[in-house]
Amino acid sequence: MASPPQNVPASEITPEPLYWRRREFIKNSLLFAATTAGVAGSLLWLTKGGRATNRAAAPSSEAALPGMTPSLYSTDDPPTSFADVTTYNNFYEFGTDKSDPARLAHTLRTRPWMVTIDGEVRKPLVLDIDQLLRWFPLEERIYRMRCVEAWSMVVPWIGFPLGDLIRRLEPTSHARHVAFTSLLDPEQMPGQLRRVLPWPYVEGLRIDEAMHPLTILAVGVYGRTLPNRNGAPLRLVVPWKYGFKGIKSIVKITLTEEQPPTTWNVVAPHEYGFYANVNPAVDHPRWSQATERQIGELARRPTLPFNGYTEQVAGLYTGMDLRRDF
Amino acid sequence: MQKAPNGTRPLLWLKPAVFLGSLVPLALLVLRASTGTLGANPIAEALNQLGLLALIFLVASLACSPLKTLFGWTWAIRLRRMVGLFSFFYALLHVGTYAGLDQFLDVRAVLLDLGKRRFIFVGFAAFALLVPLAVTSMGAAVRRLGYARWKRLHRLAYAAAILAVIHFIWRVKSDVREPTTYAVVLGGLLLVRVVAGVREHATGGGSRWWRSGEMPEPSAAKSALGGRAAIPAAACVQSVSVRAAAPCPSGAGGGHRSTPSR
Repeated sequence: MASPPQNVPASEITPEPLYWRRREFIKNSLLFAATTAGVAGSLLWLTKGGRATNRAAAPSSEAALPGMTPSLYSTDDPPTSFADVTTYNNFYEFGTDKSDPARLAHTLRTRPWMVTIDGEVRKPLVLDIDQLLRWFPLEERIYRMRCVEAWSMVVPWIGFPLGDLIRRLEPTSHARHVAFTSLLDPEQMPGQLRRVLPWPYVEGLRIDEAMHPLTILAVGVYGRTLPNRNGAPLRLVVPWKYGFKGIKSIVKITLTEEQPPTTWNVVAPHEYGFYANVNPAVDHPRWSQATERQIGELARRPTLPFNGYTEQVAGLYTGMDLRRDF
Repeated sequence: MQKAPNGTRPLLWLKPAVFLGSLVPLALLVLRASTGTLGANPIAEALNQLGLLALIFLVASLACSPLKTLFGWTWAIRLRRMVGLFSFFYALLHVGTYAGLDQFLDVRAVLLDLGKRRFIFVGFAAFALLVPLAVTSMGAAVRRLGYARWKRLHRLAYAAAILAVIHFIWRVKSDVREPTTYAVVLGGLLLVRVVAGVREHATGGGSRWWRSGEMPEPSAAKSALGGRAAIPAAACVQSVSVRAAAPCPSGAGGGHRSTPSR
């Protein structure tokens, strides 16, 4: 310890009240800073306001799927950016926040991946995904995608028509519907640890909807293998229906006579129908379906009947009351 | 440590610090919006964050009095008006973002939404209830209304919070964990007030639970607590002058005794 200096002039000694005020000032400054940080930190934590979205500007880790032929079924609309398509996802198996799949879906193992195809088919089988990929030529299909939450995207999918697969399996005369089942594995899909939905996710189509040339099983997006967050390795895409019909990470396809249960319809039958055709005239009970915001745009645009695919698919529903069968 | 004459600390840093911290989420939101890092659906993200902030501040403003009841923390009461006004501020931005950016000032679409969608209706009702509270948040309004009436009016904050939580629950598709958390907190805060009110009624107001002894006297509180203390102080003066009532309720939250069931 240094001894107090003896030769300090009296004029340089801080008067005692000032000395205490200085200590008070420092203390109050620290308390001010800590409180500000505490309040701001708590608010950001509660609103997840500080969370940066994990956005890749271009496809990177996924393998390229070369030699894709453009399809006549593709829309001319410019596709939504890769970053948006791969970071704004509803995939409740990884969490209910749209940024959750991008953060958490890396736990999904997509190889080896077996797909069971059974029910009303003459040739039921259990098939490796890589074998399935060799059966059909892959096409790029640029489709509009309309989410039931009133936003939309334009997505350059890569896949093959579901109808080609069904024909190859030779459905019996009892095959009236197609039921789809997602993977059930809470270790790979941590969102399944919470029963926000009954797991596994299931979906279904009428057989004529399934056989329609617009209906595809997608295995890629933006010229590359499907990222986990988008439903790898195999997902359904039905462009004239709300996005939740597009079941992801499919492990089972069953042809049935009866209409199969579908997850959102089971959870809230008055809000989500089996058909779930995009229809601006039938509102969701809690919000309007008349308009949508396309991701990347600020203003809303009108939603089109059958998401703009009326010409191709309206014939499937002649004579049906689509207000009742929404 | 410098202390006010009655033993409470002035906590000069408290209000400015909370004020500044409360603006940080807005600053970050503006920054992220201007740099295009609000995600794929920036309007929805801004809308969700502003709405959630309004609810957080509303619940926080309702927590101030129970914090004093439970732990004797009078500092929370000093923040109540500011926290409540922040709730209104963020609710205003939330409604403004919905009408202005989400619906692009399409008045017809907004009115249709209001009439047809109970989820939007309850949200708007919650906001509408906050308007009179914000307008009457100043000391002058308390003097004009009289403390008892002012206080009754400001119980609307609970109705607004309940409606805001219902708005939140009806908004989500299936995962109600987050809105349920706010509902539980809100229920807890209401319970503290009800229990405190009942106990106070039973013990005639002298309960140690209220830690009334620790509360500053109005005259001292006025200097220590700044403008906030003017409210009960003014209310006291009025009640005294009108019916020569028993001793002035003391301190910032002092009105409890005259109105047990807050």
